[in-house]
Amino acid sequence: MRSPFRRFAQSRPGLVGLTIVLLLIAGAVAAPLLGASDPLQTSPAAFRPPGTQWLLGTDNLGRDLWSGVVYGARVSLVVGVLAALLSAIVGIAIGTVAGFAGGRADTWLMRGAELFQTIPQFFLALIVVALIGRGLEKIIAVLGLLGWPLTARLIRAEFLSLKEREFVEAAHALGMSASRIAVRVILPNALPPAVVATSLGVAEAILLEAGLSFFGLGDPNLVSWGLMLQNAQGYLRRAWWMAVFPGVAIFLAVFGFNLLGDGLNDAMNPRVRRRL
Amino acid sequence: MPRYVLGRFFQAFPLLLGVVTIVFVLIHLAPGDPVLALVGDFPAPEEYVRKVREEFGLDRPLIEQYVRYVGNLARGEFGYSFVQRRPVLQVIGERAAATGLLTGTALVVATLLGVGLGLIAARRPSTVLDATVSGAAVVGFSVPVFWVGQLLILLFAVTLGWLPAQGMVSLRVGPTGWDRVLDVASHLVLPATALALRLVAMTTRLTRASLLEVLGQEFIRTAEAKGAGPRRVLGRHALPNALLPLVTFVGYNLGFLLAGSALIETVFGWPGVGRLLYDSVFTRDYPVLLGIFLMVSLSVVLANLLTDLLYAYLDPRIRHAR
Repeated sequence: MRSPFRRFAQSRPGLVGLTIVLLLIAGAVAAPLLGASDPLQTSPAAFRPPGTQWLLGTDNLGRDLWSGVVYGARVSLVVGVLAALLSAIVGIAIGTVAGFAGGRADTWLMRGAELFQTIPQFFLALIVVALIGRGLEKIIAVLGLLGWPLTARLIRAEFLSLKEREFVEAAHALGMSASRIAVRVILPNALPPAVVATSLGVAEAILLEAGLSFFGLGDPNLVSWGLMLQNAQGYLRRAWWMAVFPGVAIFLAVFGFNLLGDGLNDAMNPRVRRRL
Repeated sequence: MPRYVLGRFFQAFPLLLGVVTIVFVLIHLAPGDPVLALVGDFPAPEEYVRKVREEFGLDRPLIEQYVRYVGNLARGEFGYSFVQRRPVLQVIGERAAATGLLTGTALVVATLLGVGLGLIAARRPSTVLDATVSGAAVVGFSVPVFWVGQLLILLFAVTLGWLPAQGMVSLRVGPTGWDRVLDVASHLVLPATALALRLVAMTTRLTRASLLEVLGQEFIRTAEAKGAGPRRVLGRHALPNALLPLVTFVGYNLGFLLAGSALIETVFGWPGVGRLLYDSVFTRDYPVLLGIFLMVSLSVVLANLLTDLLYAYLDPRIRHAR
């Protein structure tokens, strides 16, 4: 069997996705070096089209769109990655308990997962943010706490099939405690599907954050791509560039993480087809 | 079969109760006073606030409040919008048709297109054509719907001037007749296209994957051995079986579709529930927000129930299991 790294290196979607993601991260980190200035700085030069002086043009308040797009990457990536990681942690914990303990705990936890998968995420996130107030950490918490069921189900399914295997029996025979077997013996083998789900989860969280910002529920003190698109909505006839460039940025980020997820899937679960 | 139907109904019930419980928690999650979530951030008269406190028993123990709340909802009392000065259910109800038209159109278009594209890709797997369709599906899957809406407006309304960019009807057209139908249809084209795009991508991927799986099964080889041509094998033997998962997929994705619809309606000024949601966020009309959440969740639970029953009807393996 080839190593997962080899398989990933041979997965074209995976490599393209990884490249896009790394470029975006580099851009977000190195924002000041890319000629991006304060994205909230207004100027008299409003509605300037893209050109040599303003690479991507300016908006209705004379703010530089290039700076907005570059700094907006920070918000999208931070929200997407942290929310997906939070979902992964919660999902792995719940999936482990459900899959290993079984019985009544399993039934109730999976009922909960079903409930949270049924509830329309966007609407719930929107109401929670509308009620408790806008803010980056709140958005991350809400999106993170809503995204766990898929990971939990995947981990649980892995546990159910792995816990009957011989190496687990061997661990029992060696006298290892149940919790140690769950965490140290089974869990590492159950993780690959969760890694894939987390990469796809970053893409989903970025889309959700953009949607919330478009509804005016993003962090009010930060520039985000969704907010830029909301602003562009009022000037579609006047300034096409205000709508085009932030949207391209969202697309690239989501596309990158989706491809990365596909590539990871090819590398780690060659037999398992991606769940939609 | 009756046993399956009954069982499935009983499964939907706790989900509904779960949704209601979440809304109840949300009301009490509101900073300060639950009255805020029940009345809205709006200068409501003292008298009304007192009435709400009484009606919901806000001075009583939580468990009693919960029972009262469930009782109110069961009687169809979804609260009162002070911004609009009307019952929430009425406010939402009159917007439902517009949203239904938009999402229904998008769903039908997306299903037909997605199945067609999935079929094209699966017929010749691992060819350039398949790679193109599959690649396009990942692209379509990654584009934010509301941005697609804006691009469509820029191209077809602003630049080319072919189609209207805003609203559902023109004022100059009479309220009935063919002109009216054509007028609404012309307003529907762009938002429905934007809304359908992501769903087309998802349906394409699902159809392709499902078809490839079915095509690898034994009964397909049997059909081929009996001399059925490739067209017949694909159309009569493989496709009906491959489309089964699509049935539950539709129910499962109604929530995503309605979320997309909320964004699309906002972009196109489409007078549906989504636009109402947007407006209610700005006016802080919390009773309407909670009402929309309840109605959307309810539709998703019902859609899941219906598609599961349909699935069982179509696939004997499900209803006879257990």
